[in-house]
Amino acid sequence: MTVLTADVAIIGGGLHGCSTALHLARAGATAIVIEKNHVGRHASGVNAGGVRTLARDEAEIPLALESLEMWHRIEDLVDDDCGFEAHGQVRVAETEQDMTTLRTREARLQSLGYTHERWIDPPELFERIPALARYCLGGLIAERDGAALPYRTTAAFRRKAEALGQRFIEGTRVLAVAQQGQDWRLETSVGKISAGSVVNCAGAWADRICAQVGEPVPLEAIAPMMMVTLRMPRFLSPVVIGTGRPLSFKQTTEGTVLIGGGRRARTDRDAETTELDFQELGASARMVRDLFPVMRGAVVNRGWAGIEARMPDDIPVIGPSLRAPRLFHQFGFSAHGFELAPVVGHVIADLVTRGASDSALEKFSIGRFASPTGSVRRL
Amino acid sequence: MFQRLSEAGPPTLPLTIDGNAALARPGDSVAATLIGAGHADCRTTPVSGSARGPYCLMGVCFDCLVEIDGRPNQQGCMIEVQAGMQIVRQQGSRPVDAEATR
Amino acid sequence: MNAVDALKASYELAVIGAGPAGMAAAVAAAQRGVATILFDEQASPGGQMYRGVTTTPLRRRELLGDDYWRGQGLVDALLGCAADYVPRSMVWAVTRIGDGFELAVSRDGVAHLVRVAHLIVATGAQERPFPIPGWTLPGVMTVGAAQILLKTAGLVPGDGTVVAGSGPLLALVLAQFAAAGVSVNAVLDTTPRDRWRAAWRDIIGFAASPYLAKGVALLRRARTAGRIVRGVESLEAIGGHRIERVRYRTGGQTIELACTSLLLHQGVVPNINFANAIGCEQRWDDIQACFVPVVDAWGASSVPGVTLAGDGAGIAGARAAEAHGRIAALNAACAIGRIDPAQRDAAGAAAQADRARWLRGRRFLDVMYRPAPQYRIPVGDTVVCRCEEVTARQVLESVRLGCTGPNQMKSFLRCGMGPCQGRFCGLTVSELIAKERGSTPAEIGHYRLRFPIKPITLGELASLPQTEASEQAVVRLPK
Repeated sequence: MTVLTADVAIIGGGLHGCSTALHLARAGATAIVIEKNHVGRHASGVNAGGVRTLARDEAEIPLALESLEMWHRIEDLVDDDCGFEAHGQVRVAETEQDMTTLRTREARLQSLGYTHERWIDPPELFERIPALARYCLGGLIAERDGAALPYRTTAAFRRKAEALGQRFIEGTRVLAVAQQGQDWRLETSVGKISAGSVVNCAGAWADRICAQVGEPVPLEAIAPMMMVTLRMPRFLSPVVIGTGRPLSFKQTTEGTVLIGGGRRARTDRDAETTELDFQELGASARMVRDLFPVMRGAVVNRGWAGIEARMPDDIPVIGPSLRAPRLFHQFGFSAHGFELAPVVGHVIADLVTRGASDSALEKFSIGRFASPTGSVRRL
Repeated sequence: MFQRLSEAGPPTLPLTIDGNAALARPGDSVAATLIGAGHADCRTTPVSGSARGPYCLMGVCFDCLVEIDGRPNQQGCMIEVQAGMQIVRQQGSRPVDAEATR
Repeated sequence: MNAVDALKASYELAVIGAGPAGMAAAVAAAQRGVATILFDEQASPGGQMYRGVTTTPLRRRELLGDDYWRGQGLVDALLGCAADYVPRSMVWAVTRIGDGFELAVSRDGVAHLVRVAHLIVATGAQERPFPIPGWTLPGVMTVGAAQILLKTAGLVPGDGTVVAGSGPLLALVLAQFAAAGVSVNAVLDTTPRDRWRAAWRDIIGFAASPYLAKGVALLRRARTAGRIVRGVESLEAIGGHRIERVRYRTGGQTIELACTSLLLHQGVVPNINFANAIGCEQRWDDIQACFVPVVDAWGASSVPGVTLAGDGAGIAGARAAEAHGRIAALNAACAIGRIDPAQRDAAGAAAQADRARWLRGRRFLDVMYRPAPQYRIPVGDTVVCRCEEVTARQVLESVRLGCTGPNQMKSFLRCGMGPCQGRFCGLTVSELIAKERGSTPAEIGHYRLRFPIKPITLGELASLPQTEASEQAVVRLPK
């Protein structure tokens, strides 16, 4: 029976698992990442690649802003630019209601001391996004936001972590996790792993780890859908997101257009399958056609959906377990974890290696789902 | 190149290829028309600008893409010629119609 | 009932593909009173084997041959039966609804939804990729393409045409050229010289099959179409904006021929995209060197409610496809409860025997004409993915960077992400990666395909009718 040992066992080889492995290496701790498929197989490899501070839940803003600075220096961190480009993200107002929402938002953020989201009037909006339909009434822009390539990013974080000595085992499931004295013992499909600490980066399956240690969470497996077109001549620089109806819309460097926004496919997380809902994609297509008339002739070549974890309040679980020592949670990013991965890996590495983090994490505590009786409270 | 058997009958359909008047045989696909007119290539690729022409003629290779009556990226092998059709061999990815943004 | 203008909202059976298997299936199902609709993306029926049978200008029987004209009978039966037939329609997505399916089908740029209880997928075969250096040059086409030009447009090779490759279709097309009074500059036969040694074990089956007599006659006629160069070990297409010469090696000599047209063929393979996207299990067939969907004796796939028929379920030729269509129709009728298994078995005995007869001798052809490895697994700067212009070198490098299979490599390199959706690179990529990793295509697998099964315009997607939130049972779609 193989017994591997490391300072830290990381369950899940998505971008968050890879980021944590990398930051642990930089902090001098060894780690083994245990991945049941291959690194980047699920949400990490197939998301929209949005590097976005725009439209974040207030709780996430400090982390998102810190992470954005890391994205702007991502090549220093992982020796790869990850395809990151920063042409801004714009949240457009299609209706008066949208406009109210956005202006209220801007005022609210300003009152909290944040300046990263700025209202832009139609003249500036159409100068930045000439292809946008002229019925739009304005938008909020986050100028330093952008987009990157999800699979490439995940692979780059993995490669760098490995270069610094971390180990990755793929095609391996964690079957059981339990404390044994001062250590953690993980039973996996290829043998036992012994580690001082464990990080739960298991994405849409993370609730199972939580259940094993007696702190269940109301995690929902969702499958946000994406579509991509054939190449088109360049007509769009910033990423565009919707306000009143869901859309995420960007054009890649090679000219394909990625259409997302969170409409959901059906998913079976045990079979690891997703089934696209074409009527929902049809609604996306209608919205795209409204906002970007030039897309009438666009050709959709492929649709897909990644399996992701959603928490009822749409913010992640980040922080220590409240039931067992030296166990840390890093999951539930509710379809917007990509941008946060560089910083959250650092946060978790700090928690593991020095027991504290400079970031305020109370809002992300797993405790928010526990009720005094120990049963799961749904928000 | 390719030549026409007499059984095929004469080309009688007027259309344009790259703006030039031409006669096509009724029932031919756009791709067959281009090949019959001596054009081995029908586009250049968006990736490298390399010349391409029809390859499979059965709708699976997507190399026969041309612009037909202003609509780009049409599979020439899947579309039958019509009188007055405007066939344009396309360069790279197609230009954005600026008017469409209004 | 045919060429409908108004689709009904639901049918008991949808057949996809109007080749011999699809036509035979639709007719057989309609005869049993199954409410059937046949979708086909071409403007007229016949699939590829009987392409243009209702429209070809070449009416003299000896030009295209008796085997081809059998297709007319199938078409007549289709147009005379009770099945609805919709030409120029493309089924691009299938969703499971309860026990049946909802098909998204486009016609004239507008998408419709049709519900069916059972699906017969008869999407046929495609030319195997032939990744030689320069194969993307204008003027390089498949032999199948040349045959389509002959049948549908009366166009034949002129001066400077070279044909290259291996396989029975080469002989057929050359015989057709000969009948039309056309010859080509050269036929470069890439069948390895010593292949007889591997194939002779299957010669008895072949000799007892209908293919021997056909083959002998074809080869005799084919020989008059051009001088044949045997044992061609390498091929290269050379030119600037179009093909100008072909360079080949045989018997230790390297020779260049000027040419204006190069026609390539090294067999046909099942077009698996539809079956794969709907979740049908597939296996690697090492004799045929391709992926084939897994089906039972009745064409039933691994997905309940989906039956496969014809060359798309395994290359076996037009006559076997026709019998397979009848078999599939009986399976569908049984699956929807119109007949019971005992009735199906009894009614299908003749079709099963017919199919078995046409399968005899195929193995000899499969072994004899299995393309040599250098023509399946390219090296260096040879383009592997035509759509995205990804080379063999780039695929191999992605493997060295850690990609373990075609799907990871797709995320890395865009290989397989173009409009052909992996149809012309899938096999090459699987074999390339397998060889580099010391594995087999069976282990490496194939691209995971998704709907839409072919690119569709945003307008078509936007035109999908918005039905009420119908209760949609969440059913596992096996992958």
